[in-house]
Amino acid sequence: MSYVPHTDRERRDMLAAIGVASMEDLFVDVPARVRFPELKLPPALTEPDLMREMDAQAARNFFVDPALSFLGAGAYRHFRPATIDYVLSRGEFSTSYTQYQPEVSQGMLQALFEYQSMICRLTGMEVSNASHYDGATAMAEAVLLALSAASGKRSKVVISPAVHPQYRDVLKSYLSGTHAAAVVGDENGTADIAQLKSLIDHDTAALVIQNPNFFGQWEPVEGLADAVHRAGGLFIVVTDPISLGLFRPPGTYGADVVAAEGQSLGIPPYFGGPHLGIFATRAAHVRRLSGHLVGETVDADGRRGYVLTLATREQHIRRAKATSNICTNSALCALAAAVYLATMGTRGLRQVAELCFQKSHYAAAEIGRLKGFAINPHAPTRPFFKEFVVRLPAPVAAINEHLRQQYGIIGGYDLGDEYPQLKDHMLIAVTELNTRAGIDQLVMALRKATT
Amino acid sequence: MRDAIATVYERSVAGRPGVDLPASDVPATDLPVDELRRDRSLPELSQLDVVRHYLALSQRNFGVDSGFYPLGSCTMKFNPKVNEVIARHPGFAETHPLQPLETVQGNLALMFELQGWLAEIGGFAGVSLQPAAGAHGEFTGLLMMRAYHRERGDLKRTRILIPDSAHGTNPASTTMAGFTAVEVPSNGRGNIDLEAVRAACNDTLAGIMMTNPNTLGLFEEQIREVVRLVREAGGLVYGDGANMNALAGIARPGDLGFDVMHFNLHKTFSTPHGGGGPGSGPVGASARLRDFLPGPVAELALNDSGPHYRPAMPAKSIGRVSTFFGNFGMFVRAYAYIRQHGAAGLRANSEHAVLNANYLRVKLHDAFTVPFDRVCMHEFVCSGAVPGTAVRALDVSKRLLDYGFHPPTNYFPLIVPEALMIEPTETEAKPTLDAFVDAMKAIANEARSDPALVKTAPHRTPLRRLDEVKAARELVLSDRTQIASD
Repeated sequence: MSYVPHTDRERRDMLAAIGVASMEDLFVDVPARVRFPELKLPPALTEPDLMREMDAQAARNFFVDPALSFLGAGAYRHFRPATIDYVLSRGEFSTSYTQYQPEVSQGMLQALFEYQSMICRLTGMEVSNASHYDGATAMAEAVLLALSAASGKRSKVVISPAVHPQYRDVLKSYLSGTHAAAVVGDENGTADIAQLKSLIDHDTAALVIQNPNFFGQWEPVEGLADAVHRAGGLFIVVTDPISLGLFRPPGTYGADVVAAEGQSLGIPPYFGGPHLGIFATRAAHVRRLSGHLVGETVDADGRRGYVLTLATREQHIRRAKATSNICTNSALCALAAAVYLATMGTRGLRQVAELCFQKSHYAAAEIGRLKGFAINPHAPTRPFFKEFVVRLPAPVAAINEHLRQQYGIIGGYDLGDEYPQLKDHMLIAVTELNTRAGIDQLVMALRKATT
Repeated sequence: MRDAIATVYERSVAGRPGVDLPASDVPATDLPVDELRRDRSLPELSQLDVVRHYLALSQRNFGVDSGFYPLGSCTMKFNPKVNEVIARHPGFAETHPLQPLETVQGNLALMFELQGWLAEIGGFAGVSLQPAAGAHGEFTGLLMMRAYHRERGDLKRTRILIPDSAHGTNPASTTMAGFTAVEVPSNGRGNIDLEAVRAACNDTLAGIMMTNPNTLGLFEEQIREVVRLVREAGGLVYGDGANMNALAGIARPGDLGFDVMHFNLHKTFSTPHGGGGPGSGPVGASARLRDFLPGPVAELALNDSGPHYRPAMPAKSIGRVSTFFGNFGMFVRAYAYIRQHGAAGLRANSEHAVLNANYLRVKLHDAFTVPFDRVCMHEFVCSGAVPGTAVRALDVSKRLLDYGFHPPTNYFPLIVPEALMIEPTETEAKPTLDAFVDAMKAIANEARSDPALVKTAPHRTPLRRLDEVKAARELVLSDRTQIASD
């Protein structure tokens, strides 16, 4: 299938207008030695054949029943109202580029302005950018913001081991081009916050925590902001936006920057991407923020309108001195999140968050009753949101294999993969899409797998 | 049509129901009362309100589906609709990145094939799909170059050469990766100045970032000499693959001596730009850099039951640059696109992209100055200032909106004053190009007969020119409308 629309006659006329005899003549600047390679690619397919092949490709994946999936650890299954895909399918949005011509981009600009507005209120921050790639890169850029706020004079970033391990990996890559390094509290992953506090000193540019943390638990956040602010650093909080339907936002406990993975806000898990990086901060840091920002203004007739603003921070103006290199971000995913939040409203998001809370607690209580299982063994009394840790009486991989093969259940994340001391510990996620029947089936399957 | 559209907060009515979710079907647990929020943070709208709101907004937005969008360096080609249908297949979209490997063999096989095809198209030894966008790919490639020199104990290599015609992302990525960007001038033919490259080559050179064809749309005539000089000085050659839509099937950057390059799946391989993302910026690497690629990448192993795909970290990997596998949804679309075209189709795309650009160049070079007026690749740059008038590139751009066209990229590259950078892409037919030429010539005439008309354009868009100074000075970055309570 080709999308080149030219007829033979048009092609001839155009070559004649250019004054060349053949298509090949357009490429004389390309060294002959390397010109027109024979690419080894499979032969072209028509649309119906392509559909058949892609269906077959998808069918090589296991079909997942959302009610029977208990895997989270940074990507989640949540309900997505049909309004989202309706809006995302509008070609005026999906086939447009960054809004450098505001007169014909008011739709996306206003949608992104509203996205920024909803993210600010949800997180308790004053400024949100128009999106970042994903939660991990948003967090890494938040750390770069903190290094810049310290004028490059601080070289230490204290980060909780209960921040998503892949986020910490990404941060390491981002810091490899700087003079700074990340210090992780205590590698056993259960470091309490008091220990993190003791690492903060006058060389510390930022303290980074995740709340609810990677293990799903609500951190004891009191005093953290003060501790890092006293030392002159910034407080960066990674959060789950669904949790903000229920729990108080990071703005209420002193966060300077909030970074989050926005995938839960109406975006499919998609095998890990594209997702949405949420990046919000206080007004004081607006000029250090990376990414696009939409601002309100008026047109020549005084009518309200929107434009990309503070472009002087960005790479196309500032080049080597820009706050970041980011250009393409995750705008369409931000649009998805905006439609999600507008459709759900305060009450809908609260309902989703409460269902996650109630169902995960039901699942934890039921699993906790099984012989040889323990729930959140390292912090049994801490509140949790939609994920919890289970210590199993057998290896995680073997149990997951049994759950899937016998019951079609996708079990939890094997914490031993990233935390060696948490061998035989599983992280289980429960959302509003898990039914009581599905949870009961998981509990039954876990019992059978271990007896 | 011309009134402002109320924001979601302005439309909000307390108590208006949006969605209904099932009631909890489990015994209740007490909520942690001290940690709860009690404010209203989100608007309350009916679903019909939501649909009408976003439909109205979409009608104030211009995409490739709306009309001709010759935005230089952005490759605004047709985004095949079948790819959107395929990408939404629940067999892809609903898979979780941490599922057991046996349950996602289709996804991993797709990634493995796509890596191989991109390596073949670019002439590279290996590809990683991790980076989420072009600039992210640049940053990744530079970290790989840094790791390569460090592994050899070659710590004094801190400088990256960047032509003055380069995208702004090149120097910005260079700084982020901890290098110093050194600007290299262009010569009178629009190529990089070879003597300046020679003068900058020494043992502190980490490498060069080349865009080829460059942002003037010209194939770098001395590319082999540039590569040779940089390599002889111990440096590496980075390719900015933003302009790969001129080269797929025409020449392989790896064959030209590039060590590492990012692809923009949202340009060359037609994944929709989405209003500024999500994109995808896979990185290809030569044999000496492939071990430094970020991971995980998809790998094929043979076990008792046949082929088995699994994620793996390259031997000396710089690590992760994003969570999970990168923007998989974009891989599905790019895979489908390559599968539709095959080798001959990709070459035909590049040829027609170049044909269309040259056609526009010769049709426009009488009405507008083309400073480097020779056979170009997939795009070309002209001066948007109309000689003998006060009409500038900005005015021509705004007036094009009245004619129903999206303007070209303007004021870039920086080395051409009043630049208009025009990239028609291969999916536009001759009548569209002719209509664009007619509009450009009409505007040039208007610039002489009625300059005020052009200077105050646009006149037919929902809003007229917007006050960017006011936006930057007053910084209203969010809607502060009070949410009404019940």
